[in-house]
Amino acid sequence: MTMTITTKAPRAKKPKVDCEYVLRLFVSGLTPRSQRAIDNLQHICERYLAGRHRIEVIDLYQSPERAHDEQIIAVPTLLKVRPFPPKRVIGDLSHVDKVLQGLDIK
Amino acid sequence: MSAFTQEPAFAPSRPKAPLGIGKALTGISGLDELTSGGLPRGRPTLICGGAGCGKTVLGLEFLVRGATDHGEPGAIFSFEESGNELAANVASFGFDLPGLVAQKKLVVDHVRIDRNQIEEAGDYDLEGLFIRLAHAIDSIGAKRVLLDTPEVLFAGLANKEILRSELHRLLRWLKEKGVTAVITGERGESTLTRHGLEEYVSDCVILLDLRVHDQISTRRLRVVKYRGARHGTDEYPFLIGDHGISVLPLSSLQLVHEASTERISSGNSELDRMLGGGYYRGSSILVSGGSGSGKTSVAACLASTRGRDERALYFSFEESPAQLIRNMSSIGLNLANLVKKKRLRIISTRPSGFGLETHLFAIYQAIEEFKPSVVVLDPITDFAAIGNMNEIRAMMTRLVDHLKTKGITALLTSAQVPGVIDDGSNVEANAGVSSLIDTWIVLQSFEVAGERNRAISVRKSRGTSHSNQVREFVISDGGLSLINTYRDAAGFVTGSAREAQQRHDAANGGGTDNGSTKSAGGASPP
Repeated sequence: MTMTITTKAPRAKKPKVDCEYVLRLFVSGLTPRSQRAIDNLQHICERYLAGRHRIEVIDLYQSPERAHDEQIIAVPTLLKVRPFPPKRVIGDLSHVDKVLQGLDIK
Repeated sequence: MSAFTQEPAFAPSRPKAPLGIGKALTGISGLDELTSGGLPRGRPTLICGGAGCGKTVLGLEFLVRGATDHGEPGAIFSFEESGNELAANVASFGFDLPGLVAQKKLVVDHVRIDRNQIEEAGDYDLEGLFIRLAHAIDSIGAKRVLLDTPEVLFAGLANKEILRSELHRLLRWLKEKGVTAVITGERGESTLTRHGLEEYVSDCVILLDLRVHDQISTRRLRVVKYRGARHGTDEYPFLIGDHGISVLPLSSLQLVHEASTERISSGNSELDRMLGGGYYRGSSILVSGGSGSGKTSVAACLASTRGRDERALYFSFEESPAQLIRNMSSIGLNLANLVKKKRLRIISTRPSGFGLETHLFAIYQAIEEFKPSVVVLDPITDFAAIGNMNEIRAMMTRLVDHLKTKGITALLTSAQVPGVIDDGSNVEANAGVSSLIDTWIVLQSFEVAGERNRAISVRKSRGTSHSNQVREFVISDGGLSLINTYRDAAGFVTGSAREAQQRHDAANGGGTDNGSTKSAGGASPP
C-alpha cells in the first residue's frame, strides 16, 4: 500500500505534479527503524524543503514487486525521483548531513 | 476409531523419513556421478573460483537443467550481469533463458547496485533484497535458486558489518525456505572466497580453477566439502563445451554405454571379412604390432573410409599431418581431400610436449569441437615417455569410456617395445589396455628366407565370429591387401615362398590353396 504524505501548503497553491522534490521512501513494515526513517525524513523536509516536496512511503511487504522494479536492496531506501539526477540514500536517515548530501540540498 | 490413528501412516502425501541428505540432480555430465547424485537438496552450495573459471555457467546450468529436465523451477539473481547478458552468454549452450522465463520455469532478477548513487545515512538492513528474493521465488514456486555473486554487494555498500551479518542471515533464510541454492563467490587470496562466504555455507563447497600449464589451459573442479555425503575428493578436469559443462570423473566409471549392433567397414573388405563384417560402431579397437608392421596403414584405412560420409579425428603422435598425408597417399589413400572437406582432422603433437592430463584434455576438447564418429590415436605407446603404465592405463580407460559413451569408434595403435617377442602378447608394450579393447588386431612383421613379410590376425573381437587365421598382409600402391593363406607341408608360407606356391598350384590346377576357401568365410560358422 502506498501512503502519500504531502505537506499541505504546496497542494493548495500548485498541482502536486509540479512539486520540485519528489521523494519515495521504501520501508519494510512499520518497524521502529521504518518509523524513525519516516520521522527523520519529515523533519528534514519541513526544515529544508518546506512546501516544495512530496513524499511517498512504500511498504515493500505490501508491494513486494516494487523491490525489483525500483532496484531496492537495503531498507529503508530513500529515492529522490525529482529533481534530476535520481539519487538514493539508505538507512534510517539519522545522519542529516548525509541525507542532504544525498539529496543534493545545500 | 483406531483407523484414524493409523491413517497418517498410509497417507500417500506423507513424506518418507529422509535417509541421509536428499540430493538435487544437477544434470551436468560427470558432476552427478562424482557427488553421487547431485547437490544437497534444500541447502546452499557455494561455488568458488577465480575470474572466468566457469562459476556462473555452472550455476546457470544447474538451474536450466533443473527447470527443463527435473521439473524444478528456478530463480536467478544476478548481481553482476543483466538478464540479457546472462541470456547471451549461455545461448551458445542451447540454454534459452528468455524462453524459460516466458514459460515461468525461470525468473531472472538483475540486482544492480551502483555505489555512486548511494549515500548511507544511518542504520539499515537488506530486507529489501529478502523481499525481492521471496517475491521472485514465490512467483513461480522456485525450487532452485542461483545467487551470482552476492559478494558484489561489498563493493556497493560501505557497512561491511551489516553486510556480513545480512549475508549470514540470507543463507539461513534460504535454508529455511527449503530451496536448493547455488551461491557463487570470487576466490580470495588466502580464503576460498574474498569475503569468507565459506564460513556460512557449511553443506557443500565446490572449487573451480583455471590453470594454464604449458600454454594449455585446463579447468578443474574439486568438491572441497560435502557434509554428510560421500564424494570424490580429487581434482577433476572439466570442459565448457557446446552443451554446457562436462566434468570428467576418473575413478567412478560405470559400464553403462549403449552397445551398437551396427557394423562399420574397416576400409578393407578382406579385413571386414576376417572380423565377421567389420568393426562394431562405437567399439574400441587396438592395432598392435612392431615398428613397420603397418599399424598406421590400418588406422588410416578406417579414418579415410569413415571420412567419406562421417568425420574422423586422427591424433598422430609420431608424424606430422603433411607426412601422414604423403605416406598414406603412397598406398592409395587420399587423406588430403578429406582434410580439405573437413571430414578428417589430423592433429599431430609430441607426447613429450605436455603431461598426460593435458593430452587427455586436448583430446576431449578436439572431440567436443569436431564431433567425429571415429577417433584414432597413433600410437598410444608413445605416452610411455611421459607417464608410467598405470597412469597411461588410467588415461586410456577414461578416454575409451568417454568415447564409448558418445558412441564414437576408437582405434588405438600400439607399438611393441623392441627386443620382446613380437607376438602382440606383451602387456607392458600395449600399455595394459588390452582388457579395455573390444577388437584386437595383431600385426606381425617377420623375416623369413631373406624377406620381411607381414601378417595380420584378429586376436580377439568381442561379440563377433571372427576369423582365427593368420593371414599375410601386403601393403602396396593399391592399399592394403590380405592374401589368402598358403600352406605347404611345413605350414604357413608368405612372400616369395607363397608366390612360388601359388605358381605351383596354378600349374597343377588347384592344389593346396586351402586358404582361399577357408579365408572367405573366416572361422564363421557355416
